[in-house]
Amino acid sequence: MPPIRSHIRFYLNDRLVTLSDVAPDRTLLDFLRLDRVMRGTKEGCAEGDCGACTVLVGRLDEAGLVYESINACIRLVGSLDGCHVVTVEHLARADGSLHPVQQAMVDYHGSQCGFCTPGFVMSLYGLWLTNPEPALPEIETALQGNLCRCTGYAPIVRAAAAISHYGDAATDTIEVERETMRGRLQALQDGHRVVVETPKGQFVIPADVDDLADILLDMPGATLVAGSTDVGLWVTKFMRDIAPVVFIRGLMDEIAVDGDIIRIGAGVSYSGAFATIAAHIPQLVPLLDRIGGGQVRNMGTIGGNIANGSPIGDTPPPLIALGAEITLRRGNTRRTVRLEDYFIAYGQQDRAKGEFIESIAVPIPAADTFFAAYKISKRRDEDITAVLGAFRIRVEGGVISDAVIAYGGMAATPRRARAVEAALIGAPWTMATIEAALPAFEEDFQPLSDWRASAEYRMLVAKNLLSRFFLEMQGGHEIHILRHEVA
Amino acid sequence: MDTLVERKAIIGGMSQPHRHDSGHKHVAGSADYIDDLIEPAGTLHAYLGLSTIAHGEIVTLDLDAVRAAPGVVGVLTADDIPGERDISPSHKNDEPVFAAREVTFSGQPLFVVLGETREAARRAARLAKVTYRELPPVLDVAAARLAGDALVTPGLTLERGDVVAGLADAPRRVAGSITIGGQEHFYLEGQIALAIPGEDRDMVVHSSAQHPDEVQRMVARVLGVADNAVTIIVRRMGGGFGGKESQSNLFACIVAIAARTFKRAVKLRPDRDDDIKMTGKRHDFVVDYDVGFDDAGRIEAVDAVFAARCGHSADLSRGVTDRALTHSDNAYFYPAVRVRSLPLRTNTVSNTAFRGYGGPQGMLACERWIEDIAYALGKDPLEIRKANFYGEAERNVTPYHQTITDNILERLVGELEASADYARRRAEILAFNEKSPILKRGIALIPLKFGISFTMLALNQAGALVHVYRDGSVHLNHGGTEMGQGLHTKIAQVVADVFQIDLEHVKVSATATDKVPNASSTAASSGSDLNGMAAENAAQQIRDRLIAFAAEKYGVAAGAVLFEPNAVVVGDKRFSWAQFAEQAYLGRVQLSAAGFYKTPGISWNRDAGRGKPFLYFAYGASCSEVTVDTLTGEYMVDRVDILHDVGRSLNPAIDIGQIEGGFIQGMGWLTTEELWWDAKGQLRTHAPSTYKIPVVSDVPRIFNVRLAEWSENRAPTIGRSKAVGEPPFMLALSVFEALGMAAASVADYRIAPRMDAPATPERVLLTIERLKRLARGS
Repeated sequence: MPPIRSHIRFYLNDRLVTLSDVAPDRTLLDFLRLDRVMRGTKEGCAEGDCGACTVLVGRLDEAGLVYESINACIRLVGSLDGCHVVTVEHLARADGSLHPVQQAMVDYHGSQCGFCTPGFVMSLYGLWLTNPEPALPEIETALQGNLCRCTGYAPIVRAAAAISHYGDAATDTIEVERETMRGRLQALQDGHRVVVETPKGQFVIPADVDDLADILLDMPGATLVAGSTDVGLWVTKFMRDIAPVVFIRGLMDEIAVDGDIIRIGAGVSYSGAFATIAAHIPQLVPLLDRIGGGQVRNMGTIGGNIANGSPIGDTPPPLIALGAEITLRRGNTRRTVRLEDYFIAYGQQDRAKGEFIESIAVPIPAADTFFAAYKISKRRDEDITAVLGAFRIRVEGGVISDAVIAYGGMAATPRRARAVEAALIGAPWTMATIEAALPAFEEDFQPLSDWRASAEYRMLVAKNLLSRFFLEMQGGHEIHILRHEVA
Repeated sequence: MDTLVERKAIIGGMSQPHRHDSGHKHVAGSADYIDDLIEPAGTLHAYLGLSTIAHGEIVTLDLDAVRAAPGVVGVLTADDIPGERDISPSHKNDEPVFAAREVTFSGQPLFVVLGETREAARRAARLAKVTYRELPPVLDVAAARLAGDALVTPGLTLERGDVVAGLADAPRRVAGSITIGGQEHFYLEGQIALAIPGEDRDMVVHSSAQHPDEVQRMVARVLGVADNAVTIIVRRMGGGFGGKESQSNLFACIVAIAARTFKRAVKLRPDRDDDIKMTGKRHDFVVDYDVGFDDAGRIEAVDAVFAARCGHSADLSRGVTDRALTHSDNAYFYPAVRVRSLPLRTNTVSNTAFRGYGGPQGMLACERWIEDIAYALGKDPLEIRKANFYGEAERNVTPYHQTITDNILERLVGELEASADYARRRAEILAFNEKSPILKRGIALIPLKFGISFTMLALNQAGALVHVYRDGSVHLNHGGTEMGQGLHTKIAQVVADVFQIDLEHVKVSATATDKVPNASSTAASSGSDLNGMAAENAAQQIRDRLIAFAAEKYGVAAGAVLFEPNAVVVGDKRFSWAQFAEQAYLGRVQLSAAGFYKTPGISWNRDAGRGKPFLYFAYGASCSEVTVDTLTGEYMVDRVDILHDVGRSLNPAIDIGQIEGGFIQGMGWLTTEELWWDAKGQLRTHAPSTYKIPVVSDVPRIFNVRLAEWSENRAPTIGRSKAVGEPPFMLALSVFEALGMAAASVADYRIAPRMDAPATPERVLLTIERLKRLARGS
């Protein structure tokens, strides 16, 4: 067993914070606003949707020290061990003058009521550090997770495009101090298991994945928290007691390509997976860009998206269509399950007590295979899926030789459309075949009506997505509204 | 004279595009909202227990477990209110602070818990054991109409000409119905109040409120004290949009009651989900219409009934439904008209003010029948619009008998039509749709006319307070509240202009009921019109005294005292503004003044549906182009061109900001913002995860916003400017009609799309499917 440390340590702006009594469910936002009385960071929704609480978190990874925007309202303090938290209070210079991001926002009239503004400033700051001259689509992607009700966003976009006229990102404080901070954070990496006991229960940060496996044998009922984009709401909305908690952020965060398989560690965030997936399965880019907002993609993990078993998670349908498998681990025992078999029923998955998802193996579709995933939601960006269809079809000699089709939002779990697949396989790859297969949807699915969509719409659009897939693979007419074209 | 240097403009005077006076604080996170204030020692945190059914009687309310929960200091219910238990802003006694016997909507407050922390109070509030005898709820317009049209307030009828004969004689008729959804305000800063008890029975409440005067009266009412015992302070709101006009009263009253009871400061900030469940929204409407017109599309008669879901109480529904009727003409003359409102009582949260105050719903219904006429005749809807524009010398009387004297529709729409290249683009879109099987485009150009003034006459007054200190710095206070619209900046510009001093010398302090009493709500777009005039009046009083003082002291004529940028010239002498202020003090000049303004020449007889309720009209027009995916109903707003009339702008940067922001907010109302109640009357879209306001990528890629710079208000407003808060919201109507056109393309535009609002992707697709079915059937 690794040595044990009974406190967490992280940097908050320019100070080291050491906490031995922070509750497992303490959010970073409450810590900032209530415990530290740092009230520049605002609470707008307490569910990771509005971005008023956006801060940057710097963490060490293979590439060095990376800073990412996150939602402080649903980020739990215990997950910050070894990180550098940067809040809006850190931006103004010592002489009181505004930071380039701030000055641009003022000069371009980017604030009206001002309540969302610190969050926008922090998202723009995160963007500017990595991309000082962003194109419009990049600005839009970076700001998906920030809601403004006053300005209509236009002046904020103008400000975003102008920040580099106000200063040089390369000489920004974070850049200048990056090596120093990296050294400081490295010094905090001691290989210990962290165990913090508080009146509200215990939380544990495993030293490594083997330690996690050991811990879960002892604490099979513990709440596993990776990105807390879901568990955070258990705390802020349902006031559920989540202790004991095991924080796994930073574990299992490798992604690698092995032949025609992408192996994604269960702890890889959506952002962390993006470059690899985009390089090998570019068809998924338009979907990946529409999962939550930037903050949620920086926090949330693909493993978590699968593990929580939601019928409307965005990654399971395409991963099922691609034939993904997951590796589950308990102690030192591992087993592999087809992703589609992992989802048993609503709220029920094939995961035993003490078991956790370790990795996801995603086959890269062959070059001669048609593959696409389409997400339908009320609002294009930062919305929860109403219907998501994923299609992988192989056509040989004009005939469909293989078809794997999976949907989210159509049943209690992400599920394959087996009757539709059966209607397609062996038939010619024509619109007539597609049309003939449409009635099979009624065999596969009986969707529900709720506030995201009616059953009627879900069924209709599910069918139409198959038509879209056919038409898009055929080429020719522009048939699909993509988000503003990527620069 | 060599002491007189050449005149330069001050920095931040009227009509300059000066930035928001709190901008530098917003970006730094140092602008204080109420939750950011350092709490007084011992502050208690309140949390509300809400009803979970829409309609019923409370059989038992067992709060023992709540009281016994850790960290709880106490629990209060209706019986603990020292004064009156009702806070109806319309004095109808239909809005209890806490439901005592009957529950009339889901989310209605039943009790408040006071805890040492917010978390303790919030956790404890969940421990209440409430049993109800459920009664059948009336949830929407259709149900309320079936149940017999119970009203929260009497409806209004506007009538002019003989509508029965007009309809009967018209060569053509179209009748129909449109359902128009409501809208959640989604101010980023939720409702919040902090009460601090004082000596005697005084109470200071920091309230996130647009109408502090009303909050003051409500707090006094529930505490059973005189108004002068209560002070309400509003530094700024994190957004209001009408949602903090009457809805803030509840929170302020509850913290005041608790602060009195426990003799400690008390703060209440509901969670976002509870905020959305328990506060009113934009009214949803069902409008039934019957319109007669001729072969050219010229309207002869309009008969329409506007049925609104008002919720469980009257709140501001009278004014909202009245304004729906007074805007059901939009820009068009009706030779004969009868429009009636039905403000219906339902077991839902009490709907309230929201930017436009019923006007958007009235205008959307109007544009629906314009659209119907166009499709019936196979014409471009813009042609129908132009054929029906109000005239300048004739055809210029509204359904409420006010003659329009400031009509600029023709010039404004003509300019936009040209700058947006409307005709060419429409032709291209028609050609594109011919060739494109899946993606379809639409375009629409819609004008707006919006009446400015409160329909309640008394509200059209304002006060302001200006102090000049010995160092020349100026303190400005006025009755308006700052919610992001830049009101404080504009009013400070007015005062800076009067004294000819740079804006940085004018400090606007928090709106406070002990500085300017009896102030009207910052609403109805009136903030700068009313408070600007009051502030100008106060500053001019001081300026007049300064002139008299200088003329006497230096023996010159009053006309020889000149206010130049940051300086005062008296005959051949020239003083800096600060020197001059010190001299005035030493000369015992009163350097403080209270200003006042009341809007002249307006009148309104509601019973007769007649009068001149509006001092003037603001105009605008927008042209929107969209692309729709006919397989999914998804769409993109590709381009928007706007030309809007703000008279002579007080601050073009702020005005452009109001137009851009208002447009996007209106677009949200008509597209992705959908309120969804389940069959039990529970609102299920009560968080941003389920209620979808626009995000940055919804903003049109091409978004051209211009002010009609040639316009100036013909009414004597401050600087001849026009109100800008609400009118731009309705510019978004063109998005909705463009979506309808794209949908109608699947039936070759032969059938009016008749889409209900909001046009979610689902509604767009189902409209397309309906039109395809109709086209096949015909």
